[in-house]
Amino acid sequence: MMEYEAPLVEVQNVTFSYQGRKHPIFEEMNFSLEREKIGLIGPNGSGKTTLFHIIMGLLVPRKGAVLFKGNTVHDEKGFQELRKSIGLLFQDADDQLFSPTVLEDVAFGPLNLGFSPEEAREISRQTLSNLGLSNFEPRITHNLSGGEKKLVSLATILAMKPELLLLDEPTNNLDQETRFRLIDILNNLDLSYAIISHDWDFLEKTTREVYAIEKGAVTQCERACLHEHHHAHLYGDHPHHHED
Amino acid sequence: MIPEYFSYTDSFLHRADPRLKIVAAVSITVVIAMSRSYITGLCGLVLSFFLVGFARLDIGVVARRLLAVNIFTAFLWLTLPLTYGGETMEFLGFMTISREGVAVAALITLKANCIVLAFLALMSTSPVSSLGHALGQLGLPEKLCLLLLFSYRYIAVISQEFQRLSRAARIRGFTPKTNVHTYRTYAYLFAMTLVNSWNRSHRVQQAMMLRCFNGRFYTLHPERLTAVECVVFGVIMTGVFIMAFWEFWKLQG
Repeated sequence: MMEYEAPLVEVQNVTFSYQGRKHPIFEEMNFSLEREKIGLIGPNGSGKTTLFHIIMGLLVPRKGAVLFKGNTVHDEKGFQELRKSIGLLFQDADDQLFSPTVLEDVAFGPLNLGFSPEEAREISRQTLSNLGLSNFEPRITHNLSGGEKKLVSLATILAMKPELLLLDEPTNNLDQETRFRLIDILNNLDLSYAIISHDWDFLEKTTREVYAIEKGAVTQCERACLHEHHHAHLYGDHPHHHED
Repeated sequence: MIPEYFSYTDSFLHRADPRLKIVAAVSITVVIAMSRSYITGLCGLVLSFFLVGFARLDIGVVARRLLAVNIFTAFLWLTLPLTYGGETMEFLGFMTISREGVAVAALITLKANCIVLAFLALMSTSPVSSLGHALGQLGLPEKLCLLLLFSYRYIAVISQEFQRLSRAARIRGFTPKTNVHTYRTYAYLFAMTLVNSWNRSHRVQQAMMLRCFNGRFYTLHPERLTAVECVVFGVIMTGVFIMAFWEFWKLQG
């Protein structure tokens, strides 16, 4: 019997640098993702996206290893297994939606996983309807609005029934309504995820813990650290006062 | 974005299996393009008009498309009668033109209009995506089908990228003139579009890999032929075969 359950995914002693850059982005970096809902925050160029891409096997680190359920992933084949359990939502939804229609795009993953066209269609319908996107099925992907593209690309990943989601700046360029919708969707998901975002408010509403990536290291942030912020109220229709 | 004017309405031809439509359109095109007699051309034109009516296409838009084709044939009318040679006839009392030239120009005009109408009725009534899949099922190499589908999906994105760059140039006071600066700027814009598209294609490939793509596309639409479709396309193909046979017979005789 194994008493201790390994984290779903782990990076161990990873050193990574981009070609032509002097300093590595990560040096001997360690990080693990358990089954939980976390946020990752950090300045531009701190390697948040790079970390996600290393986990998914899109980038190969110079040193170190990626562990999936406690086992080291050695090659592309291993990463193909990992990708069945971990889904990555890209920053730009246009990169993720390449099929002509929404239904075809959502069904792309399930078809690759070996489901029959009928099963894939059923899974896609179910996923879209869970996200409140039922009437989107026949829509042409490049005619969707930015917010719609984001929600549909989330559906394409959820259709593969992952155990963990990695979301790369999901609220970029989203309007308020879609942002609230996304918060709602994420809170109702019975799924672990890690979110990269600069949007503190969004992270506060969707995650339990927030980590900061800076200078190649990941540190946990205080939950309710005092902070100052500027804010505006929509259309000025929300009278309120601040307490001391 | 590519507007697919004709693929949104509905008719029997819109719903018909794209494979049948492709086969019919290609056969009509080959037979008409090879034909040398007016009778075949006229029969083809009747068939095409019948198909356009059957597809319930917007006549106004069809007329505009035909106008575009006939701008090209107008050039033939301007040149062929003067240059074709052979038997001549008088024209407007003061010049002579080639009788055969007129005949050839007329035949080409007939054929061109006929083929365009057939394609409008058969091909433009299917969205590009289903044409792509249908071509694959008809045995076109998968790579070519993917090229078609991806070009269709991303040509709009690439054009947006180019427009974004050229807007960026314009708001910094760039106005195209006939000088080296303009040529160089356009070269930069094209090159940056190329680089951006290359990067995007890389990201799209990554997105596909993350969703377990292994080089094979599976289609969600296993098309099934209905009896009515088979009968209707059987009749169309019979017509095409009769035209082909007539041409062949005339060639022999």
